Amino acid sequence: MTKMTYREAVRAALRKALRADPRVFLMGEDVGRYGGAFAVSHGLLDEFGPDRIRDTPLSESVFVGAGIGAALGGMRPIVEIMTVNFSMLAMDQILNNAATLRHMSGGQFGVPLVVRVATGGGRQMAAQHSHSLEVWYAHIPGIKVLTPATVSDAYGMLLAALQEPDPVFIFEHATLYPLEGEIDETAGLVDLNRAAVRRAGRDVTLITFGGTLGTTLQAAERLAEEAIDAEVIDLRSLRPLDTSTIVDSVAKTHRAVIVDESWRTGSFAAEVSAQIMELAFDNLDAPVARVCSAEVPMPYAKHLEAATMPQVEGIVNAARSLVPHHG
Amino acid sequence: MAEFPMPQLGADMSAGKLLRWRKAAGDHVQRGDIIADVETDKADIEIEVFTTGVIEKFLVQPGERVPVGTVLAVIREEGKPLTAEELRIMTTAAREPIPAIPEAPAPSIAPTAIRPAVGEARLHISPAARKLAADLGIDPASLAGTGPGGRITLEDVQRAAQAKAAQPAAEVTLDRPARMRQAIAAAMARSKREIPHYYLSTTIDMSRAMAWLTQENLKRTVEDRLVYGVLLLKAVALALRDAPEINSIWAGGKATPVHDIHVGVAISLRGGGLVAPALHNTDRQSLGDLMKSFRDLVQRARAGSLRSSELGDPTITVTSLGEQGVESVFGIIYPPQVALVGFGKVVERPWSVEGQVVSRPLITATLSADHRVSDGHRGGLFLAAVDRKLQEPEKL
Repeated sequence: MTKMTYREAVRAALRKALRADPRVFLMGEDVGRYGGAFAVSHGLLDEFGPDRIRDTPLSESVFVGAGIGAALGGMRPIVEIMTVNFSMLAMDQILNNAATLRHMSGGQFGVPLVVRVATGGGRQMAAQHSHSLEVWYAHIPGIKVLTPATVSDAYGMLLAALQEPDPVFIFEHATLYPLEGEIDETAGLVDLNRAAVRRAGRDVTLITFGGTLGTTLQAAERLAEEAIDAEVIDLRSLRPLDTSTIVDSVAKTHRAVIVDESWRTGSFAAEVSAQIMELAFDNLDAPVARVCSAEVPMPYAKHLEAATMPQVEGIVNAARSLVPHHG
Repeated sequence: MAEFPMPQLGADMSAGKLLRWRKAAGDHVQRGDIIADVETDKADIEIEVFTTGVIEKFLVQPGERVPVGTVLAVIREEGKPLTAEELRIMTTAAREPIPAIPEAPAPSIAPTAIRPAVGEARLHISPAARKLAADLGIDPASLAGTGPGGRITLEDVQRAAQAKAAQPAAEVTLDRPARMRQAIAAAMARSKREIPHYYLSTTIDMSRAMAWLTQENLKRTVEDRLVYGVLLLKAVALALRDAPEINSIWAGGKATPVHDIHVGVAISLRGGGLVAPALHNTDRQSLGDLMKSFRDLVQRARAGSLRSSELGDPTITVTSLGEQGVESVFGIIYPPQVALVGFGKVVERPWSVEGQVVSRPLITATLSADHRVSDGHRGGLFLAAVDRKLQEPEKL
């Protein structure tokens, strides 16, 4: 077991992949000489050279499209997009090419592309760098959407993504980069189809992913002080979605709160809520609750940004309202 | 040999309790004799026998509650002892269990059973609690919700299940008014479920009838005086002679016209609820006899000593709510009858006669009829006939 930060875990996985497979290369804005906007690729240019650590122009459509072309051509490109807000510029390449080519070529062509995208708020980066738009990608069949929330998953899911024959999008919540955790470099590949129960409980299921896992675990501890035993599920993958772990948990607790940093309307929490209603209706003892971001562009001011995003208090209140004698 | 069964005293009766035998074993009985008293959900009823012979044996003892059709006694022909085989059959007759109260159906997890009936208030209960209650056979409507907003939660069902397990299953006992309510509920719900009712209404000028009644009563002693209600009953009965579709019984998926006319009179009881016993051969009784029968019927209904034939025989029901100040009543047909006539109170109102507005005593007559059996045209002719009969009171 090795202790390191989330940032270092991503870098360690990149390094391992670059060393192991000559087809792997990294490209994106400032990934080379600057070392990455979040310093993830710091030092990799010196180690692997400019052919494999490639700085690109500020054109998401161009470098995502180039990544698609390289993948079609037999390479294993890893493309970094600085924030999910900027990824909109590459949406056409992602939806109309990356996600569809296997289907439209009758299975002749695959696009084994990995795209890493920084996401989320909480860093006072305001309304053009802070949103959580994972749900827009989770809508698209043909790609996988991963949201590693732990240091161990940051490492393991990137390596597993490189084994996939089709495009994989990895959303890295930017507040996670400095967090420390342990990884087991000798562990096998992560199963990308499975959610993880991060805390076992029997009174209410808190379902979350990515940057809100930590907040949700804190909320679970607070609930424990009130004798509400919360189970915490980390979805890890939004597409495919591991509904059986969700249903098993709701069958036990009969109550669910979904914590999702995206805007409430059309959020991924809405999808999870619908799945619970469809698959576990008879197990529900209370309506499914959602804790999402306020429906405003992300504010710059620290206190307003905090008020916009899901916080421990809101999760605790939502869970409390579902459990008998705590409403 | 004849079997004497627990009679069905109305479509809503499923069982009765034998209160006492009026005869002893070995007694000679004749058709029409009162042989026993039976308690039903609605009243204590004197039961008549329909055969003539000697009571061989009682099979049911006073105090026993048995389903309709259960053999209560065996009556043999005079001078003809029973064979050993007949005795064996009769004493080993299987006793059917009393049918369960239909209002508490066995829980089912079929999706259709979960859907509430139209008009039923939606129960505030979580899906998980609803399912557990169904699995455990607990009626969710009997639970008090303690969840947010009073929602019935899993915990409420579990608590009820524990309480239920803790106490031995007590037999549900209901007092007479409650059982009567249940019987009425069952009959009326069945009626509205099965019978496509249509309703007609007409206003009848009662001036001739009332004037005739005043003159007639002058000739009578106080005890023999008539009330206008018997005129209405007689008018209905006579009009029924020409309306076999109205004077019918629905059974086995079809209507069968009944030759005799036995008008059932709705009588409200002091403890709540109502009965509608028959005035037998209403059309053939004189107004004086009808008055006596009517008075007797009301008295006995309220004393709880009606006869079985009076409860089972009505071919139509007449309800009159005039005393309560009601102007018109659209009743619910009492199955297996196919029609019900309603009368309101006699009111003095402006009425146009040959171009002149005059004050007249008027009454609203209504008909609720079964559209499977008759049409509005037929029903309209019947109501018009009732009107015509009331315009010739001297012929009633």
